[in-house]
Amino acid sequence: MSGTARRVGAIMLRHFFLWRGSWTRLFDLVYWPVLQVMIWGFMTEFLAGKSSWVAQAGGVFIGAVLLWDVLVRGQFGMTLSMLEEMWSRNLANLFVSPLRPWEFAVALMSLSILRSLIGVVPAALLAIPLFGYSVFGLGLPLLAFWSLLLVFGWAIGLALCGLLLRFGLAAESYAWASVFLLAPFSGVYYPVATLPGWLQPLAWCLPTTHVFEGMRAAMVDGAFRWELMLGALALDLACIAAGFAIFLGAVASARRRGSLLSTGE
Amino acid sequence: MLIQSMDDARSSPAIEVSGLRKAFARTTAVDGIDFVLPRGAVLGLLGGNGAGKTTTIGMLLGLVLPTAGRIRVMGEDMVRHRHRVLPRMNFSSPYVDFPARLTVRENLRVFAALYGVRDAGDRIAALASDLHLRRFLDQRAGSLSAGQKTRMALAKALVNDPELLLLDEPTASLDPDTGDWIRAYLEAYRRRTGAAILLASHNMAEVERLCDEVLMMREGRIVDRGTPAALRARFGRESMEQVFLDVARAGRGADAAGAAP
Repeated sequence: MSGTARRVGAIMLRHFFLWRGSWTRLFDLVYWPVLQVMIWGFMTEFLAGKSSWVAQAGGVFIGAVLLWDVLVRGQFGMTLSMLEEMWSRNLANLFVSPLRPWEFAVALMSLSILRSLIGVVPAALLAIPLFGYSVFGLGLPLLAFWSLLLVFGWAIGLALCGLLLRFGLAAESYAWASVFLLAPFSGVYYPVATLPGWLQPLAWCLPTTHVFEGMRAAMVDGAFRWELMLGALALDLACIAAGFAIFLGAVASARRRGSLLSTGE
Repeated sequence: MLIQSMDDARSSPAIEVSGLRKAFARTTAVDGIDFVLPRGAVLGLLGGNGAGKTTTIGMLLGLVLPTAGRIRVMGEDMVRHRHRVLPRMNFSSPYVDFPARLTVRENLRVFAALYGVRDAGDRIAALASDLHLRRFLDQRAGSLSAGQKTRMALAKALVNDPELLLLDEPTASLDPDTGDWIRAYLEAYRRRTGAAILLASHNMAEVERLCDEVLMMREGRIVDRGTPAALRARFGRESMEQVFLDVARAGRGADAAGAAP
């Protein structure tokens, strides 16, 4: 095993040990996605009788809530793993070990894949018997939607980890709340055309907007819109590059300011 | 050429510092210090609170970037190539903690993996035996007493059999018996492995017992240096505690004189 794989594995092992010894953390991962699916599932059943669009596009809200949660869990997966190190005042131990900052970032990304799977898959499975809707019915496009949202979640997560390194636990509330700021502009539950005209160009700057429009096209029209996926991919690549730059810049800044020894206190 | 430079790196001192300086926005924490720690030696960093000891250790570990000066650890430039030597060194500090919900064994397994320790299970078992941690291996780190935590921190610091050990107040908040035991263990480790140790401490008995040479720091500068015996003789004192007080009070006297109208 290469040195990098071993060190990334070590950080993942540290969180595996944590999850193994703390069922409340595991429960917390599953709790919100399941709750959201139930609320939107029952809402869909209610609205289906009132709206022909909802009746025709059955499951569009459940699909949206599940995919939105991929983004949220992807970002939380990174920032929560970072916060765990800060809460336990363990960052200095990690940064004086042979672990490189980019390896630490890769470990956080890998953990966020696991967190999103643990959080979203049970909720997706629950929707099948409860509401007769399977998001897995989307087939291969689901993999594209999932990956594109996860990568955007990493980009936001990396930037927020940089913020945590810069401002310490004083920035903790941003780690929890920031991603939700994007929801109204991403067209998660409604088409982008619903937004005021002046806001729509800004909304199209978000990869999430492309993904959710693509999801609706797949579910309502049965069409896979490549141009939307390519747009999301291009924006994702720009965002992940910016996220890495912010995170690595924050590590360098923390070394200049000498704050790594006291981060978390 | 490469072989020659590798030989140089092997024969170079454990730490070589010249003109080291660290300035923050409003203060200069370390102000142009020079010192050498030979392989196999123990060097003490002494000074009151705010003297610059922790910042110096932070720079030696690569956690803090110097404003000026040069640090070479085992022949490698610590600013540019810290990852070449980090696997061969380790550190312990009471200001850094461990994941409380992980057991002692789990914590040590994670750090053994980070440092690339082969046969990690055997190494952890040996350390647990040496440091009297066997009974606590499957206990959560958060439930350990201060003495047990210090021994666990030392086990982490020794997990990779480091050639250079940086210890910031290794016996702080320990009862005299545990403190004495830790000091004896460090002496034995140094004898057995030939490791170099840099020790920052407020415990003068510890410094006298362990250190070959001592650097007295005040306001970011090295104000005196020598073996504990030489320093005692130079200050005409019987203990390092008295030497420490003389140096600290001389600083305060200088401050008062500077502030006088």
